[in-house]
Amino acid sequence: MPEPLLSIKNLAVEFKTDDGIVQAVDDISYDVFPGETVGIVGESGSGKSVSTLSILGLIPQPPGRIVSGEAVFKGRDLLKLKKKELQRLRGDEVAMVFQDPMTSLNPVLRVGNQVGEAIKAHYPKESDDKVKERVIELLRLVGVPNPDVRYTQYPHEFSGGMRQRAMIAMAIANSPSLLIADEPTTALDVTIQAQVLEVLKTVQEETDAATILITHDLGIVAELCERVLVMYAGKIVEQGDVHTIFQNPRHPYTIGLMDSLPKLTEDEDWLRPIPGQPPSLINRPSGCAFHPRCFLSQGRLPCHTEVPPLRSTDVGEGHLSACHFAEELVGRRSKFAQPVGAS
Amino acid sequence: MGISIRASAMTDPITPVSEDREVAPPQQTVDGVPIAPVGGLDTALDQGLEVKARSQWNYARRRFVRHRLAMVGLVVLIIVFGAGIFANYIAPYSFSEIDLTNLISPPTTVGHHFFGTDAIGRDYFSRVIYGIRTSEEVGVFVAILSSLIGLVVGAIAGYYGGVVDNLLMRTTDLVLTLPFLAILLTASALLGQGSQWRVSIILALLFWTGLARVVRGIFLSLREKEYVEAAKAAGAGDARIMFRHILPNTLGPIIVNGTLAVATAILIEAALSFLGFGIKPPTPSLGVLVSDAQANPQQWWLTVFPGLTIVIIVLAINFVGDGLRDALDPTQRRVRA
Repeated sequence: MPEPLLSIKNLAVEFKTDDGIVQAVDDISYDVFPGETVGIVGESGSGKSVSTLSILGLIPQPPGRIVSGEAVFKGRDLLKLKKKELQRLRGDEVAMVFQDPMTSLNPVLRVGNQVGEAIKAHYPKESDDKVKERVIELLRLVGVPNPDVRYTQYPHEFSGGMRQRAMIAMAIANSPSLLIADEPTTALDVTIQAQVLEVLKTVQEETDAATILITHDLGIVAELCERVLVMYAGKIVEQGDVHTIFQNPRHPYTIGLMDSLPKLTEDEDWLRPIPGQPPSLINRPSGCAFHPRCFLSQGRLPCHTEVPPLRSTDVGEGHLSACHFAEELVGRRSKFAQPVGAS
Repeated sequence: MGISIRASAMTDPITPVSEDREVAPPQQTVDGVPIAPVGGLDTALDQGLEVKARSQWNYARRRFVRHRLAMVGLVVLIIVFGAGIFANYIAPYSFSEIDLTNLISPPTTVGHHFFGTDAIGRDYFSRVIYGIRTSEEVGVFVAILSSLIGLVVGAIAGYYGGVVDNLLMRTTDLVLTLPFLAILLTASALLGQGSQWRVSIILALLFWTGLARVVRGIFLSLREKEYVEAAKAAGAGDARIMFRHILPNTLGPIIVNGTLAVATAILIEAALSFLGFGIKPPTPSLGVLVSDAQANPQQWWLTVFPGLTIVIIVLAINFVGDGLRDALDPTQRRVRA
């Protein structure tokens, strides 16, 4: 196995609130290898974003606090870096694409200047002409037509999809080796989503950056990712390569997620949501955090007394599940698996 | 007016756009009905049409020019301030020159004493013009200096928040509670009358609070914006975020506040000088002139002309400030009719 680019170990992040301490991320570990695309999926509030924002020092502290863990990136622990060093790393070796392109561009600055700023912030000695040239080239790469005209325009003159392209251009300006895309398509409509995903794919092929794709859209995961982490209540509940996750899921939450998607291929009158609510992260359910909503548990004792460890299952190497009874799910595939997994 | 421009863009969209015809930017509406930009911007570009985007400043300028009172104010201001700046060329006499043949002359064209002369034969037209120069120097200097202080204090307080914010804002509150005139009078009493620069600096040190609060408010709300987070994620440092990303958003209020500060500073300086604590004679300031006139209440022109000048300047500045406030508000898309 090659050396991982980013290796997160036992990361725990909590937020202090008036109601108590929120355990947003609870002791998670994962690796990202050079050039691969990892998807992180889960419901809102499952800790997807926080798990990546925290390693870049982008969560507000306080109220946020990184309790423990390490995040080794190219041999350096990001959590131990000084503020200045981390700042130098952000946007250079590690870049982010945010969720909402409508608000992620500053309305009073020209788009070209904002993209160029990502370069200028790290290479202040670069001449303005060179930066401009590079920005136009970047805009062309992400599929912004007429980049030399677009360069001088303001964000309000861009459509949503264009803005997200500009954001991607900004993120890859310095050829990062790790690109974190935090729900890059959530704010866009479906046709634009497809285009932006296409751009992300191209960009990844072009720059060979490892990508962490945070999303709650399983379709996107199926399309773009090689490996998937499923998060629930701040913990990783299942991880593995994308085909296995879709064809042989070994965690009831993963199955619930897939079943809750409406299928176009079947005539259905009802959606099948996962029953119940995502748990409060202040008073986490005992044992397995998912047990109150789980169809598999059926009140069995270990589910609410023991926290299930993330362990390998029958499916094979590299596939981990945090369910006491993962093996009972053999043969139980999601209906979602047929259309997607078959491709 | 604005509607007619867009309407023509709608009815006749394919005509190549010439210098003075601009393609309506997206999201334009006529009476609430959105106009789809025909073919879209990129198609237009591909067809070789020239598109000139209107910048924010462009919009602001248009809105300002349409603001009648503001334009009147601006013209008056240019004339009055121009007279002050070119006082040496315009004034028929110097401010201390004595015309012994025309003592206590009411306004007359004889000897160009348009505003009359005082008891020792000084030409009041010239003195008013030189007074304008002093007043505008004070006003502009105070506005610039106090804006700078207010900007920096507000930016730091709003951006960093927490203890820093608390400290700076409580200081601001403290300065705000100081009774203006009392402080100024005390300062003048201790330091004596001085040059207009000294008066300006003292004024500026008391004037920055309003802007500091406004700027802090804007910074507080804008630092939570996604684009600030995005800039952070792109590796921008605090200073870069504060001054390149957030500051341009505060320019509107800063300019408006600065403009209005000029008027207030001129008024306060006049009041101080009137009370005899401001600018040291013989430098004429408008307040000094009004004050001098007290000795000769029968000579109405000695009071009326400098007094009127103060009123005109302050009114004009306030109109301009008003116009700027409307023009620089980016949420106001509509071009004022």
